[in-house]
Amino acid sequence: MIAGAEALLVAPFTDYGFMRRALVACAALAVGSGPLGVFLVLRRMSLMGDALSHAIMPGAAVGFVFAGLSLPAMSLGGFAAGLAVALLAGLTARLTRQREDASFAAFYLISLAAGVLIVSLRGGSVDLMHVLFGTILAVDGPSLVLVAAIATVSLAVLALLYRPLVMECFDPGFLRALGVPGGLYHIALMVLCVLNLVAGFQALGTLMAVGIMMLPAAASRFWARQVWSLICLSCALALAAGYGGLVLSFHASLPSGPAIILMAGGFYLLSFFLGREGGLVWRFFPSRRRAAGLITDGSLSS
Amino acid sequence: MSAGISAAVGIRLDRLTLGYGGEVTLRELSGTFAPGSLTAVIGPNGAGKSTLLKAVAGLLKPRAGSIEPVSAGGQGAGRQWRRLIGYLPQQAEIDLDFPMSVLDTVLMGAWRRIGGFGGASDGLLQEAEAVLERFGLGALASRPLGALSPGLRQRAFFARLMLLDAPVLLLDEPFAALDAATSAALMDVIAGWHGEGRTIITVLHDLELARTRFADTLRLAPDAVTWGRTAGAPGPKPAVSAPLAGLCGLAGRVA
Repeated sequence: MIAGAEALLVAPFTDYGFMRRALVACAALAVGSGPLGVFLVLRRMSLMGDALSHAIMPGAAVGFVFAGLSLPAMSLGGFAAGLAVALLAGLTARLTRQREDASFAAFYLISLAAGVLIVSLRGGSVDLMHVLFGTILAVDGPSLVLVAAIATVSLAVLALLYRPLVMECFDPGFLRALGVPGGLYHIALMVLCVLNLVAGFQALGTLMAVGIMMLPAAASRFWARQVWSLICLSCALALAAGYGGLVLSFHASLPSGPAIILMAGGFYLLSFFLGREGGLVWRFFPSRRRAAGLITDGSLSS
Repeated sequence: MSAGISAAVGIRLDRLTLGYGGEVTLRELSGTFAPGSLTAVIGPNGAGKSTLLKAVAGLLKPRAGSIEPVSAGGQGAGRQWRRLIGYLPQQAEIDLDFPMSVLDTVLMGAWRRIGGFGGASDGLLQEAEAVLERFGLGALASRPLGALSPGLRQRAFFARLMLLDAPVLLLDEPFAALDAATSAALMDVIAGWHGEGRTIITVLHDLELARTRFADTLRLAPDAVTWGRTAGAPGPKPAVSAPLAGLCGLAGRVA
């Protein structure tokens, strides 16, 4: 029984180096992307994560054209392209009447099409699949270092900016009236997102990388009610999805990237139905706390 | 929280023009919110009441003209004068879905003391709890702000201003959608701040309240702007200076 569980859950990682490296990469992605996803969800910018991840595509593709499947070249290109799109979308929103989310959508469609085109200029459909869906089982030493370094940097920066970021999400007017440049924190958040999507794209691909960022964060919204607990839960769910997805892909011979994201998607659906904070089931069994509505106090005369 | 403030500060507007995008909402407004004055800003929707508050708070750059501090002694208050301002946005601009506790909301008022990275000392926490207690929120400190009724929420935002302890307070429709009891209690808080020598500029829709409780009134309208002592209000002096000064009551057509 125990031996069976060990063979099922542990052996893949003790027996195979590529599985260990994939697990470490997933762990680094989880702690780096988890908190960022929470901030994007809280800022109602979930779709912008999606847009940014596609924006990385043409940059990575240009890197591929010049250097083949080389991680440094593709990462650098992806980072530059992601930043450019984030910047352009922000600028368009300020200079024109176009809303920021609409310009994000426009730019990401353009970049996705451009990216696919550029890759197919030189590579075949296998290369295209690599870029779009990643190859987590081929993660090597240097790419592990890159992913871990990005996770470390984003955690450190988030720790430094945590309070103003939270205040800026909640009540931007009050923070700006204190003389704090809230816009700068917004830009810092965007840069961190692009960095983490770049970290995720080799493992999960440009189409899937955003999944490990957004799905655990969206799922944790159904359980936690504080920013810090949302972040902890989001990281834990991302970690569990990474581990579970790898085990699943190993035993069922499934591609690892989609398995990981589907695992995270499973957590999201479970939370959506069962979550204590607004899950679907509780609509039919309203608890006393839910039924109470807003807290009021009629006898308030100070 | 201090019982008073060290020096009253007023705000002088000189041919101030404000707008968003291609539209001008406020044109060439001049006048002074005197140090320690209590002014109601009234007028129809779209006349630029909230825009004026945003500009004074530093959230909106003037198209033309200037906003400057004036101190009771006549000197300027230095380049950092916006640190003297406490701003209460309209509740509609605050994200109530955001998971933020009542205590954390109030502690935002301590930003100028602890910044982005400092911890809240025991003294600060005690101060925050005392302020919460004063606003009848003591038992709700750990509840999410979004779970509170609009009236209780506004009390929390007032408590935050209490912690901020600013000599100039800009309140954007503080009584919108509140029940009468809460409005009356918060109006007493504003009167208390006025008594401590703070300069208070409040956007109001309730004309009766403006008439009975505010010494000065600034009426913004697309065609005519009037600024001065509220008709029939108690108080020694009109707040208008410079081109609009003079007549008791309302003066100063502004182009």
